[in-house]
Amino acid sequence: MPTGRLRNDLPLVFAYFWNNEGAGMSEYNFAYLDEQTKRMIRRAILKGLAIPGYQVPFASREMPMPYGWGTGGVQVSAAVMTQADVLKVIDQGADDTTNAVSIRRFFERTAGVATTEATEAATVIQTRHRIPEVPLSEDQILVYQVPIPEPLRFLEPSEVETRKMHALEDYGLMHVKLYEDISAHGAIATSYAYPVQVEGRYVMDPSPIPKFDNPKLGMAAIQLFGAGREQRIYALPPYTQVVSLDFEDHPFEPSKADHPCGLCGATDSYLDELIVDDAGGRMFMCSDTDYCQARRAAGHVGALAEDAA
Amino acid sequence: MQQASLAGGFADPPHQSSTAFRAIMQVMARPGRIETITGGAAPAPLSGAASSVLLTLADPDTGVHLAGAFDTQAVRDWITFQTGAPLVAAPAAQFVLGAWADIDLTQLAIGTAEYPDRSATVIVELPALSPEGAILTGPGIRDRATLGLPGDVGVFQRNAALFPLGVDFMFTSGAQIAALPRSTKVSQCTSNQR
Amino acid sequence: MYVAVKGGEKAIDAAHAWLAEERRGPTDVAELSVAQIKGQLKLAVNRVMAEGSLYDPDLAALAIKQARGDLIEAVFLIRAYRTTLPRFGGSVPVDTGEMACDRRVSATFKDAPGGQVLGPTFDYTHRLLDFKLAADGEVPDAPEGTSDGVTKPHIMSFLDREDLVQKEPEGPEVPPDLTRAPLELPATRALRLQSLTRGDEGFILGMAYSTQRGYARNHAFVAELRIGTCAVEMEIPELGFAIEIGEVEVTECETVNQFQGSKTEPPQFTRGYGLVFGMSERKAISMALVDRALRWEELGEDNLGAPAQDEEFVLYHADNIQATGFLEHIKLPHYVDFQSELELIRKLRRDAEARDAHREAAE
Repeated sequence: MPTGRLRNDLPLVFAYFWNNEGAGMSEYNFAYLDEQTKRMIRRAILKGLAIPGYQVPFASREMPMPYGWGTGGVQVSAAVMTQADVLKVIDQGADDTTNAVSIRRFFERTAGVATTEATEAATVIQTRHRIPEVPLSEDQILVYQVPIPEPLRFLEPSEVETRKMHALEDYGLMHVKLYEDISAHGAIATSYAYPVQVEGRYVMDPSPIPKFDNPKLGMAAIQLFGAGREQRIYALPPYTQVVSLDFEDHPFEPSKADHPCGLCGATDSYLDELIVDDAGGRMFMCSDTDYCQARRAAGHVGALAEDAA
Repeated sequence: MQQASLAGGFADPPHQSSTAFRAIMQVMARPGRIETITGGAAPAPLSGAASSVLLTLADPDTGVHLAGAFDTQAVRDWITFQTGAPLVAAPAAQFVLGAWADIDLTQLAIGTAEYPDRSATVIVELPALSPEGAILTGPGIRDRATLGLPGDVGVFQRNAALFPLGVDFMFTSGAQIAALPRSTKVSQCTSNQR
Repeated sequence: MYVAVKGGEKAIDAAHAWLAEERRGPTDVAELSVAQIKGQLKLAVNRVMAEGSLYDPDLAALAIKQARGDLIEAVFLIRAYRTTLPRFGGSVPVDTGEMACDRRVSATFKDAPGGQVLGPTFDYTHRLLDFKLAADGEVPDAPEGTSDGVTKPHIMSFLDREDLVQKEPEGPEVPPDLTRAPLELPATRALRLQSLTRGDEGFILGMAYSTQRGYARNHAFVAELRIGTCAVEMEIPELGFAIEIGEVEVTECETVNQFQGSKTEPPQFTRGYGLVFGMSERKAISMALVDRALRWEELGEDNLGAPAQDEEFVLYHADNIQATGFLEHIKLPHYVDFQSELELIRKLRRDAEARDAHREAAE
C-alpha cells in the first residue's frame, strides 16, 4: 500500500483496511476513544447542556463492554475526563459492585486517572441507579448510565412517535398513565426511573434511580446522561429546575424503607434490604457505601453493626 | 498553503483537547462564567480561545463558517489543515465564527422541532470579556449571573424565546471564553438592579 | 451483627482465571490453533466477520477461540476491536459482476451465460452423521477442474435489458455510515442494507421466514446466488486513480419478486438484495427477502402491519450485540430499583388492606 497522507474524512463504504499490528492497551488513545469520537460526543454534550432534558442523538461506539452495562456512561466519562481528574464509579450506590469495579479498572488502564471511593474527593462520578447521599459540589460532574433514555418508551414503543411527542410537547400519554395508576392503586405505581419535567419543557427519564433520589436532581454539579445502545446523550446544567411529575391531589413523594441503616444508624439515606438468615430475617443498610463508611468512621453505630455487639 | 497553517495546533491533542473541552463545558453549563482556554493559535485575527474551540470541536463532520474579517485565506488554510472541517455557507454551518457586527443570525440553523440540536454554535470574537453587563437567569445559574454581551439584549431574548430551538453562543477574547446557551433568559442591567 | 462484604475485585480476578482455564479445556488434548479454526470452521469465521463488520479471517478465528465458540461473543470482540481502528478511507464499490465465483446458482433460468456452478454446498448432502470424521477426518481429494475463465454477468441484467425490473434509483455518492452516525428513521436503503448485513443471522432468517409464511408475503425467486472473491479497490487521491488493495470473499443474493404494479408503478418485477462477507448464503438470501419487505413504501405497496415491513422494528432489533448486551444486563445488580418496587408493593398492599378493613368495619 502506498504511503502518503490519505483522506480520513470518507465514511466507510463496505470494506476498509487497517494496520493491525500491536493492540496492547498502551496502543489505545487516552481514555480509550479516538479523538474524532470524543469530539462528536463533546459536541453532543454541549447541545445537551444548551437544551436541558432533550435527548441528543450521538453515534455511540462499540465499547469493549456490553451494551446495557454502562457503555453510554463510559463514553461520556471518557469524553469529559482529563488527566487531572479523580474518578469514582458506583453501581447501586456502591463502589465495590462488580460492574463498578470493572468500569473503574477500565479507566485506570486506559486513562491512567486517579480513582477514589470518597464522594467528596471525586471530580467525575460515574453512577448506575443512584445519586450519592452527600450533596455534590460545583466542581463535580455526575455521569449516569442510562438503559432506556426515552421516558415515553413504555407507553409508546416507536421512536418516531415519541420524538414527535417531545417536539409537540405532547405529554398527555404520560399523565394518563400516572392517573390510571392512581385510579387503580390509589398511588402512582412508579418507584424508580420516575419521570421529571425539565424547566417546564422536556419530560426526561432520570435513569433508574429510586424516586427517593429525584429531589437531588436540581444540584450544583453538572449532570450528564449517556445511553450507549440507544445512542442518546442528555444533560442537566447546575441548578436546573427539575420537577417530578405529579398531581395536585397526589403530590410526588420520595420514599425509602422505613428503617435506620443497620450499620451506621442513618435515617436519611436510601437503604438496601438484605436477607440475613434462613428464616428470612431482614436487615437494612445504606446503599451508598461511602456514605455509610464515612458515618461509621465518624463514630455512628447502627443496631446491627459489629461494633454494636 | 502557507507555513502558518502548520503551526498553532495542539501539540498533544488528547490532553490539550480534554482540558480545553472542560473549560468549554463549564462555560456552556454555567452561563456568565468566564474561563481560560489555551493551546490553539490560529493566524490573526482569530483569538487563542477561538482557535482552541475549533481544535477541540471542529472536524470533517462539522461545517465551519467564517464571517466578515475572519474569512481570510490564512484562517481558512489553518482550519482546513488543523481540523479538516469544511468551510461552508452560514446556513449549513455548525460553527459560525466572527465579529458580532458581521454575523447575521437570521441565516443560521436553529434546529427543528424534532431535532433542536441541529443548530449552529456561534463563536463571537470580542475585544474583551466582561463579567459586568446583562443579567442572566436559567439553567446553570443559581440565582442570577451577569455577563457583558455585544449589541442589543433583544437579540438574545428573541433567541431564547425560540427555545428549544435557537443558536448557542460562545464569546471569546484572547485566552478567555464565556457562553450563552439558548436556555438562558437575558435582561438588561438597570442601575437599580445593580 | 453484620459485616459488609467487600470482594468485587477478587471475585472478578478469580472468575477471569477460571474462565481462561475452561477455555483451554483438558490439557491432555492438543490446543486448538487459530489456523485450524480459520481453515476448518470457515463458516463460523464468516459469520463472525459478517456480523462483526470486519473482513479479517485471522482475527475472526482468534475471536472464536477466545470466545470458546460463542459466536455472538466473538462478534462482540471483533466489533469492539473494529471501533478502535483508524480509517484510511472508503473503497470503490465492489463490482460483484466481476466476481471469481466458487458458486453461482439461479432458480429462475435453467442456464445463462456463465452457467450454474454448484460449488462446495451442503445442499445435496444427506444429513447423516459421518462417523469417519470422528475417527480421522481424512478425506479423499476433490476432483480438480480448471476455471472456466468466463465472466458471469448478473442474471438480473438480462431482465433489466427487457425493462421488466424496476429501475433502482442512484444512491448517494458517499453512502451514510451506520457505525459513524446515529440511526435516524426513516432510514435510507443504504443504511437498511448495512444494518441487515451486520444483523444477527437468526433474527434476519426469522424475519425472512415470516414473509414467506404470509406476513407481508412477496414471493421471492432467487434470480441469482453467487459466492466468490471480488477485488477491492481504493482511490488514492495522490495518484488520481484506484488501485487494488486486496480481495474479499462475499455472498450476493438477488431475488426477483412478483409485483402487480401500483398506483405509481407499472407491472414489473422488483428486487431484493443481500450482500454478506464470506460464504454466508443463508444470511444473504434472508437479507434479500427482508430488504424487499422493507421496500413496501417506496414501491407504493400497502403496509400490512407485518413485522418484516416495520423498519423501526427490524432495524432496532437486528443487532445481536445490542440485543445480547441489554438482555444480559438484567443479571447485573438491580438492588436499588428492586428495593423501591418492594417498598411500593408493600405500601400498596398495606393501603389495600386498610381499605378492605375500613369497608368491613363499615358493613
